[in-house]
Amino acid sequence: MGRKVLFVTTDQQRYDSLGCNGGAIARTPVVDRLAAEGIRYQRAVPQSVVCMPSRSTMLTGQHPRTHGVWMNGVPLPVDAPSAAGVLQRAGYRTALVGKAHFEPYIDPFGRFTENTLARQGLTSATRPWHDGSTGPHRGFEHLELATHGATGQLHYARWLADTHPEAIAWYYATLDRDLEVNSEGGGDTGAPQVKDNPIPRDWYHTDWVADRTIAWLDALDEGDDWFCWMSFPDPHHPWDPPVEEMRRVDWRDVPLPAGYPEERERREAILDAKPRHWRQWYDGTLVSNFEAPLNWVPATLTADQVREVNARTAVECELIDEALGRVLAACAARGWADDVDVIFTTDHGELQGDFGLLFKGPYHVDGLMRLPLVWRPAPSAEVAPAVVSRPVGLVDLAPTWCRIAGLDPRPWMEGTALPVDDHDADSRHRGPVVTEWDSERFGVEVRLRTITRQDLVCTITEPGTVHDGTEGELYDLADDPLQRVNRFDDPSYRGIRDDLVTDLLDALGPSPRQRRPLQAPV
Amino acid sequence: MSTRASVRRHVIIERPAHEVWSVVGRPELLHLWFPGIDECTVDGDQRDITLATGVSMTERILTNDPVQRRFQYALSGPLFHEHLATIDVIELDTTSSLVVYATDAAPATMALVLAGGAGAALDELRRQFESSVGPAVDAVRSSPTRRSS
Repeated sequence: MGRKVLFVTTDQQRYDSLGCNGGAIARTPVVDRLAAEGIRYQRAVPQSVVCMPSRSTMLTGQHPRTHGVWMNGVPLPVDAPSAAGVLQRAGYRTALVGKAHFEPYIDPFGRFTENTLARQGLTSATRPWHDGSTGPHRGFEHLELATHGATGQLHYARWLADTHPEAIAWYYATLDRDLEVNSEGGGDTGAPQVKDNPIPRDWYHTDWVADRTIAWLDALDEGDDWFCWMSFPDPHHPWDPPVEEMRRVDWRDVPLPAGYPEERERREAILDAKPRHWRQWYDGTLVSNFEAPLNWVPATLTADQVREVNARTAVECELIDEALGRVLAACAARGWADDVDVIFTTDHGELQGDFGLLFKGPYHVDGLMRLPLVWRPAPSAEVAPAVVSRPVGLVDLAPTWCRIAGLDPRPWMEGTALPVDDHDADSRHRGPVVTEWDSERFGVEVRLRTITRQDLVCTITEPGTVHDGTEGELYDLADDPLQRVNRFDDPSYRGIRDDLVTDLLDALGPSPRQRRPLQAPV
Repeated sequence: MSTRASVRRHVIIERPAHEVWSVVGRPELLHLWFPGIDECTVDGDQRDITLATGVSMTERILTNDPVQRRFQYALSGPLFHEHLATIDVIELDTTSSLVVYATDAAPATMALVLAGGAGAALDELRRQFESSVGPAVDAVRSSPTRRSS
């Protein structure tokens, strides 16, 4: 019997939302305990700051320019390499419960497997693999899927429609009548994508994901090795947790985040020192992507709205932590406590008030780029607890799963197994971590390339309809942790900048000759 | 902010334009090369389609011009403020053709979603013609003279 892997992801969760990372709003004792017993990463960086590319990187162990999912709405090819498939072929039982999102949601033609499964009442499908064989879809023999809210074709939506149909309308409508991201406000402050949701906690998708995970685990044989990706849709917007749970955090007591400059003049001066797309979005003159409401202008965001969104996010994070606790208890009840590796992370962050902004977009700063990542190795492996300060990427997850399972990483994986401490990181001469952004929205094109090297983060813009390729960002996190001082054009940083850009271009390699077309906005 | 959009997909098929048009110009064959359209019936200038998700839609055929090799139709329904789809089959040389499938729609999101389906349809059209295997090419082989314009 080998080590089992519980891979836990959330969606759009900030580094500073966890108690173990200094968060003071949400109580996250379960993840905090895993961090104390295991390895806590202080600078885990996504290879894309939106869902589909980032999740595709986790599954394939490849950068977006390799797996080809350059933005939400571009499906991961059905026969893309899959680390879950590697484990499944090695004898692991495999499941993905919750949010997958390797394929678009808006799918009127029913072309994508994730949507089709629930519609047909199935939890598995056989599909072609990259090596010419066939096997479970993307290597998962069991798929039970959910996303934000209860609309759409996924398993959670079907379950709610069958069991509690009245609750469907209680959720916030994520899209408006034009199928754009909804800008309608709610709650006490009128913040966008906020709604008081009367749904009971045990009908909410967070508990459903935990319940279905436990059900799958309970059906396994005691001696099975397994890899389970438990994927919570929260704390991604909309911010509509069960209203009965809102007692946990009064938004009026929530402090404004350090990254939120309260004075408008100060806020705008900081934005004006960054590439032009920052200020243009803030002012409502540029919408470059589908990741935020089309008709919402960030400059209208108030301090109270930031507080209310952050309170709701904290409640969602607490529900996730408690749901994870239930799953760990179920593992222990099966006698697996010593043999389960738990990896907890997210796909990308959330601006959540930083710079006066919400949601996400082409903004490669800590709000979106610094992720919670905790790896609690199976106690039987006797790995010493540690804190890793060196940058790591989500691209490193797939080879880490292989390492846990005692398998060699596959040649198509581009990352390397996560270091167990800083000495391990340094001794393996790990390279820099890169992040890419490519968006096209009806004639608007934005492309960013970013390198993270210890305390330095440097972003270049590629020529498009917004940038001419000369603008960029350079932050020295050692003395500017809030990334308020853009040193890209600072003469005293010129040598550092040139060195970083050279490293970045070396790490990226050639650009793809052709991008696959968008199939949907999300 | 405007929510209208125009999105274009295209494919080059290594077959003469008149052969490709023999499928594209027959609106009753759409379900044989458009993934996700399960049924299709034509009555005059009206085409009714049923999607794999069970959704039914009605289209009005606006242009079916075998000389220009241009086919246009408009979807109607509560999801659309406007819609126009245009398929052009353009001869590149005697053995190959360029097929362009344009979608103009409001709201804009629908243009993108429909264009995604159109792109998949073009890929399937190319696959069938270049492999000579598939229900659409079989249909024109079995009834080559049938014309719908």
